[in-house]
Amino acid sequence: MPYHSVVLVKQVPDTANITGKAMKEDGTVNRAALPAIFNPEDLNALEMALQVKGEHGGEVTVLTMGPPRAADVLRDALYRGADRVILLTDRRTAGSDTLATSYALACAVERIARDYGDFDLVFCGRQAIDGDTAQVGPQVAEKLGVPQITYAEAIQDLRDGSLVAQRALPLGTETVRCMLPCLLTVVNSANRPRPPSVRRMMAYKLAATPLEYGELLKRWPEFETEEALDGYLAERGQQITVWSATDVGAELDRVGLSGSPTKVLKVDFVTLAADGTREIDASQEGLAAMVKELARDYIL
Amino acid sequence: MGNTREIWVFVEQEEGEIAPVSLELLAKARDLAGELEGRVCALLLGQGIADLAPKTIYYGADKVFLAEDAQLAVYRTLPYAEVVISLVTEHQPYILLFGATPIGRDLAPRIASAVRAGLTADCTDLRIGGYERRGEKYEDLLYQIRPAFGGNLVATIVNPEMHPQMATVREGVMKMGKPDRERQGQVERVEASFNGRHSSLEVLKREIRLPSVDLKGASVIVAGGMGIGSREGFDLIRELAHVLGGEVAGSRAAVDAGFISAEHQVGQTGVTVRPRLYIACGISGAVQHRAGMDQSSKIIAINTDPHAPIFEIAHYKIVGDYRKVIPEMIAAYRGDRTPGESA
Repeated sequence: MPYHSVVLVKQVPDTANITGKAMKEDGTVNRAALPAIFNPEDLNALEMALQVKGEHGGEVTVLTMGPPRAADVLRDALYRGADRVILLTDRRTAGSDTLATSYALACAVERIARDYGDFDLVFCGRQAIDGDTAQVGPQVAEKLGVPQITYAEAIQDLRDGSLVAQRALPLGTETVRCMLPCLLTVVNSANRPRPPSVRRMMAYKLAATPLEYGELLKRWPEFETEEALDGYLAERGQQITVWSATDVGAELDRVGLSGSPTKVLKVDFVTLAADGTREIDASQEGLAAMVKELARDYIL
Repeated sequence: MGNTREIWVFVEQEEGEIAPVSLELLAKARDLAGELEGRVCALLLGQGIADLAPKTIYYGADKVFLAEDAQLAVYRTLPYAEVVISLVTEHQPYILLFGATPIGRDLAPRIASAVRAGLTADCTDLRIGGYERRGEKYEDLLYQIRPAFGGNLVATIVNPEMHPQMATVREGVMKMGKPDRERQGQVERVEASFNGRHSSLEVLKREIRLPSVDLKGASVIVAGGMGIGSREGFDLIRELAHVLGGEVAGSRAAVDAGFISAEHQVGQTGVTVRPRLYIACGISGAVQHRAGMDQSSKIIAINTDPHAPIFEIAHYKIVGDYRKVIPEMIAAYRGDRTPGESA
C-alpha cells in the first residue's frame, strides 16, 4: 500500500563547523558568515521517508518554512528523491518562535493534505542545529492532532494502518506500535542519507520558485517576461510552489512575533572566563602545594 | 492570569524511581517560590507510585498532584499530555518546569502547543526579573537562560504574557537540595480521564542499558582530550580518577579518535557535568566542550599549549605534559614524597 509522507525540513546556519572566517575580532561568531545548510537530521528524516516510498510506493512531499533562499534545501530534496517541494515564505512569519512556527507548518501540512491528498506520515529531524530545541516536531503533531514518535531510529514494520518503530533513547531503546497518521522525529543514527543523484540534478536543474525569476531573467535574457519563464518552467515541472501565510489559511496573529509568546530579552556572547586563573608551576613543589590547597578547601 | 503564582514541576519517574533532574528542579522551584512568594507543586503521574509523593515534598513541593492510572504505568506522550493539559487549564500555574530529558522534551512541547504557551528548551539557568516592551512593564518574569547557536551564545528568554511560562531544564545544572523529612505538604489525587486517542500508541518493548559511567553524579572528574594522544594514554587519566575517587571523561575529539567510548563524553553533544573538581588534561577547550563543564566548582587544566582556550575558564592553569604532571599529583595526594615513574 502506498503512503504519502510529508517531510518538514529547515535551512540552518552551519553552527557545527565554525571556522576562523566566521569569528569576529572579539572572539564571537558572525552568524551572517556561516554557510547555510540542510539541517543534518532533516536529511535523516527525508531518507526515512524515501525508504518508505522505496518499499511501499507513494509520494514524498517536502515542506520548508524560511526566507526565499531556503529554496536551496528544496532543490537539494528534489535531487535526493522528493516528488514535490513547497516553500512557505512570508515576511509576516519572521521572528516566529517554535509555537508560531509549528502553527504555520501545521497549516501548510493541512493544505498539502487538501491539495495533494491526506498524509500518512510526517517526518522531521529530531532537532535543528541552530536552536537545538527539538520542539517543533511534537508541536506540529499536537496541532495536527496526531500521535508523535520522537527519537525515531527505524521503522521496523508498516502495514494495516499502523507502524512499529524503534526509538533511540540515551539509556536504551523503546519499540512502539502506533496508528497512522503519525509524526516521527528522526535521529541521526537512523540511516545514512543518500546523496543527491546526478540524474535528478540534471532533471531538476531549472527548478526555481517564482521569487527567483527576477534573478533567472538576468541569466536567461531569452525570456522577456516572468510570465514567459513561468510558462516554460511550468511545462517542465520545474516550478517550486511558494505559499504565503495567507495561502495556508494561517491566522496572522498566530505567526511571527505577534504569535510568539517567547521574547528574547538579551543575548550574551560566550566569553567564558574563570574568576581568577592561577598559574601553577608544573614542578613537584608547585603541584604538591596545589593538591594541599585543594584538600584544605575540601575540593579533594 | 498568573495571579496564583504557582510553580509547577513535572516529576519524572520511571519504574518508581524519580529522575534526579526532577529533584534538582524542585530545589530550584523552591528558590523561585521564595522570590515570588509563591508555592511549589509537583506533578506526579504513573501507576502505583503514591509512595513517591512524600519524597517530592521533602525535596521542596508544597503540594503534589498525584495521578495514578493503568494508562500511565509506562510513559506515553498522549495519556501523560492529557492529564497535564487538563490540570494546567484548570489551575493556570505561573511557571511549569520539566527536565530536558527524552521524556521532558517529548512531553513539554506537546503541552505548550495545546495550551499555547511559550516554551524554552534546555535551560541552564532560571532567574526572576523584569521586562519592558513597547512601553509595557512586566515584573517577576521567569528568565529562561539557555545556550544557543551551537553554544556560542547565551540567550535570556521571557514569556511576558502567554502563561504558564514553560521551560525544560538541562540535567545536572541545578543543585539538588537536601531532603527535609520534616517538610509538610498536601497530596491531591487527580482523576485521570482519557478521550480515547491515548490508545493510538502502545509500547511493545523497552531495553534499558544501564550506563556504566555516572558522570552526572561524580564529584570529581578527570577528563582527557586529543592531547592524550592514544587509547593507552587514558590509563594515566584512569589512574588519577581512581586515586581521587572520581570518574573518567573525554572530550568529543578524544571520543571521535577512539581513545575512549562515547558514554564518557562531556560537552554540548555529550553529558553536562558540574562536579566539585574537573581536571582537564590535554583538552584545548572548544566552546562545545566548555558548555558541558564550565559549571564545575573548580577546574584544573593541564595542557602543553600555554594559549589553550581551556585556561580561560580554569582556576588552576598548569602548562606542562600530563605524563609528568599527573604522577606528581598522584604522589602529592598520597603524601608520597617520591613520585612514581613517569609513563
